[in-house]
Amino acid sequence: MRQEQDKALIFELSVEGRVAYSLPELDVPEIAVDELIPSAYIRKEPARLPEMSELDLIRHYTELSKRNHGIDDGFYPLGSCTMKYNPKRNERMARIPGFAQIHPLQPEEQVQGALELMYNLQVELAEITGMDEVSLQPAAGAHGEWTGLMMIRAYHEARGEKRTTVIVPDSAHGTNPASATVAGYRTVTVKSNERGGVDLEALRAVVNEDTAALMLTNPSTLGLFEDQIVEIAEIVHEAGGLLYYDGANANAILGYARPGDMGFDVVHLNLHKTFTTPHGGGGPGSGPVGVKKMLIPHLPKPRVEYDEANDRYTLNWDRPQSIGKVKGFWGNFGINVRAYSYIRTMGPDGLKQVTENAVLNANYMMRRLEPHYDLPYNQICKHEFVLTGRRYKKEFGVKTLDIAKRLLDFGVHPPTIYFPLNVEEAIMIEPTETENKQTLDHFCDAMIQIAKEAEENPEQVKNAPHTTKVNRLDETTAARNPVLRFEF
Amino acid sequence: MNKFSYLPTTEAERNEMLKFLGVNSVEDLFTDIPEKARLGRDLNIPKALSEIELTRYFNQLAGKNKNLDDHISFLGAGAYQHYIPAVVDAIVSRSEFYTAYTPYQPEISQGMLQAIFEYQTVVCELTGMDVSNASMYDGPTAFGEAAFIACAATRRSKVLVARSVNPEYRNVLQTYGYGQDIEVVEIGIENGVIDMNDLESKLDDTVAGVLVQYPNFFGGIEDLQKIGELAHAQKALFVVSVNPIAMGLLEAPGHFGADIVVGEGQSLGNSVSFGGPYLGMLAVKKEQVRRIPGRVVGQTTDLDGRRAFVLTLQAREQHIRREKASSNICSNQALNALAATVYASYMGKKGMQDVAKLNLQKAHYAFNRLTAVPKVKALFNTPFFNEFAIRIEGDVAEVNKKLLDAGIIGGYDIGSAYPEYKGAMLICVTELRTKEDIDLLAERLEAIL
Repeated sequence: MRQEQDKALIFELSVEGRVAYSLPELDVPEIAVDELIPSAYIRKEPARLPEMSELDLIRHYTELSKRNHGIDDGFYPLGSCTMKYNPKRNERMARIPGFAQIHPLQPEEQVQGALELMYNLQVELAEITGMDEVSLQPAAGAHGEWTGLMMIRAYHEARGEKRTTVIVPDSAHGTNPASATVAGYRTVTVKSNERGGVDLEALRAVVNEDTAALMLTNPSTLGLFEDQIVEIAEIVHEAGGLLYYDGANANAILGYARPGDMGFDVVHLNLHKTFTTPHGGGGPGSGPVGVKKMLIPHLPKPRVEYDEANDRYTLNWDRPQSIGKVKGFWGNFGINVRAYSYIRTMGPDGLKQVTENAVLNANYMMRRLEPHYDLPYNQICKHEFVLTGRRYKKEFGVKTLDIAKRLLDFGVHPPTIYFPLNVEEAIMIEPTETENKQTLDHFCDAMIQIAKEAEENPEQVKNAPHTTKVNRLDETTAARNPVLRFEF
Repeated sequence: MNKFSYLPTTEAERNEMLKFLGVNSVEDLFTDIPEKARLGRDLNIPKALSEIELTRYFNQLAGKNKNLDDHISFLGAGAYQHYIPAVVDAIVSRSEFYTAYTPYQPEISQGMLQAIFEYQTVVCELTGMDVSNASMYDGPTAFGEAAFIACAATRRSKVLVARSVNPEYRNVLQTYGYGQDIEVVEIGIENGVIDMNDLESKLDDTVAGVLVQYPNFFGGIEDLQKIGELAHAQKALFVVSVNPIAMGLLEAPGHFGADIVVGEGQSLGNSVSFGGPYLGMLAVKKEQVRRIPGRVVGQTTDLDGRRAFVLTLQAREQHIRREKASSNICSNQALNALAATVYASYMGKKGMQDVAKLNLQKAHYAFNRLTAVPKVKALFNTPFFNEFAIRIEGDVAEVNKKLLDAGIIGGYDIGSAYPEYKGAMLICVTELRTKEDIDLLAERLEAIL
């Protein structure tokens, strides 16, 4: 039985009259507030923010941090999320005052170094993805998807075509269809074939003159490379549609293959996955988009450009066919600094080795676990693989959720579960290249032990976790009777 | 020399793993990539740098920028330099927070979940609203999403936005609106605030929402009471974008009947960082709780009865609803929201009032000092918080160049976004500026003009 008690909320630690803040005395003549602001607009009741000392504050959040698991705490094989090490040097680079303390509206001549960094990152991401130009403006992967689809829409409309549908495979991330909807498209789902790829016949049946684009993740969310990609591109392009690359799984192809060479017209990357920027407990991320030539006029504005004649970097707003702005200012610059730091640290051979090790680690684990769990697609995988826990559910009543919760007792974050949707009781494992063999073996040993427990002592698994600060949560009540803020 | 600090696998281990897999080389794991799709050459990017070389290079790049630490800045216009207490960086640098993923496994993510629950409470308190989400990408995108909520709630497809709203916000709203076939109609400006006559003439029962900013782009205080009444008379939603620092002193929009409050949360403990990452605040009245986009953290109990926190109301979200979702957002700006929460807790009930007061008083001192300079005039005479517009007899860009020689980063060139206000400069004065800074700006302007 856990000894842990409720952890107080910061509002419950508040003591009237206690303060942490430190501000200077007013050094200008004071004017009565009601002479400056109409009385109706002067706040009557202050916000009930906590009143506490600086040490109380630090202790509270330090304690909260100890109730959280990050990559620095242990293995995090969350499939499709690429939870790799977040290098400390990237953090240091982003905090240099010349990057962290510059205002987005300073005149261009005052921020040449920042614009140069953005320009270089655009050029290098274009080379890595095989695209012609890149915009760093989108804030996250889903934001990049939507930006890409808006450009696709602008492209078709500029050609006088009103296309209405976006095709996504049944294994796609939920953001794909949601982004299509928000960009004004109707989603058509195409089923996977028995090898986990796109079923070409099914694709041919749904591609037509209404098709604006096909969105694809390659390798797919099953961790399998779509080996018919060239044929798929032909089918979509012949019908006048475009091909959208969801870069969530780009860690599998660096230096080996590029979306641009596969036939993709638009790409987004998740810099917080492949390019080591921290996930931050849910954000901030960065989701740059790359495009082929014909889509360049539609990129978000302004564009960061290099004026070679004057050796000067500029923000070009004069882009009449642009879809406009998709975010305030120029994107998540602080995140882009970290990603650029990573790319410059690795270089071309380093990035290729990243992919090699990520793929080697995934295949190694897949084959170690194969005798103990079922492998729905038995072929070489890329950076991740999907198992199914269906035999333990069927025979012993141990669900994949139980297996995931039991892993918490081994000090590792569980893999992604119940995704992709086309695999029953899915367990999706992505080790990444930054984990050593001992960590991989420890995880496999734990998975094998849990499989054994499921057979011999299923209650041990069903009642997991046993060692975490809190037990499983009542999520139903949380959704039925939402309590979404502290009530004073 | 080991160039790849982040790649732990040794040659011996690699061979051992390949042997276990029954393949000869790692290339054998890539045979599924068809020849036509292969790169077949090295990537053409610069070669790897060691940490020492990298640091030298990044310092060189950063050295080409004029940073706010070394200058006296009066630049605001949507991104604000405020004091960031040391405690903020101490907490957001804890890697248990910053190296974690979204808290999908609540048993080992209570720290971030509780911090977000506290953040939601802070936002509700500052804005006077019932429910906050876990944050959006930034102020402008939250503004765009607010238009989606208004349209969904009213089943209408037109929004009115004041031209006194930050142009960045209006630009992003246009893009968001285009995707959803939402018509965005702008309302004119009168003396630096929304033109009430124009609003009344364009407001009818086809309007889903009226969107304003408070204080607005020029720093002015809009008549929220009146605008809210007009919007509600047509059953349109009333959307207000706020500056959270101003909420230490200005009446909360919830008090004036706002249905949705959004805002740029950067001012709360986040650096200006050339435009991002920031956080978008988004809070609503109870009636709209199930239309709120993005992540939301709720309180519940664990199986042993302990209070605990979890991502909730997920039936709204893209991973459940897929193409039926009303927003595609699948992340929040958790770390920026944590910084905002630590900042608000550090300032506390009294500190938020005091910092707002410093902003208000110093800005008014600057207004009086600058408008006493011969070739400087007030552009409007509307009450303001910590930003105000002046008109100078000179070219703003040229004047700013000369100010830089005195170590001053001047105000935003309003004419670059509003042709009708050519020669106008938007001055922002926060608690970081001293009387000496302001006097120096006035003296330099007098000398330059």
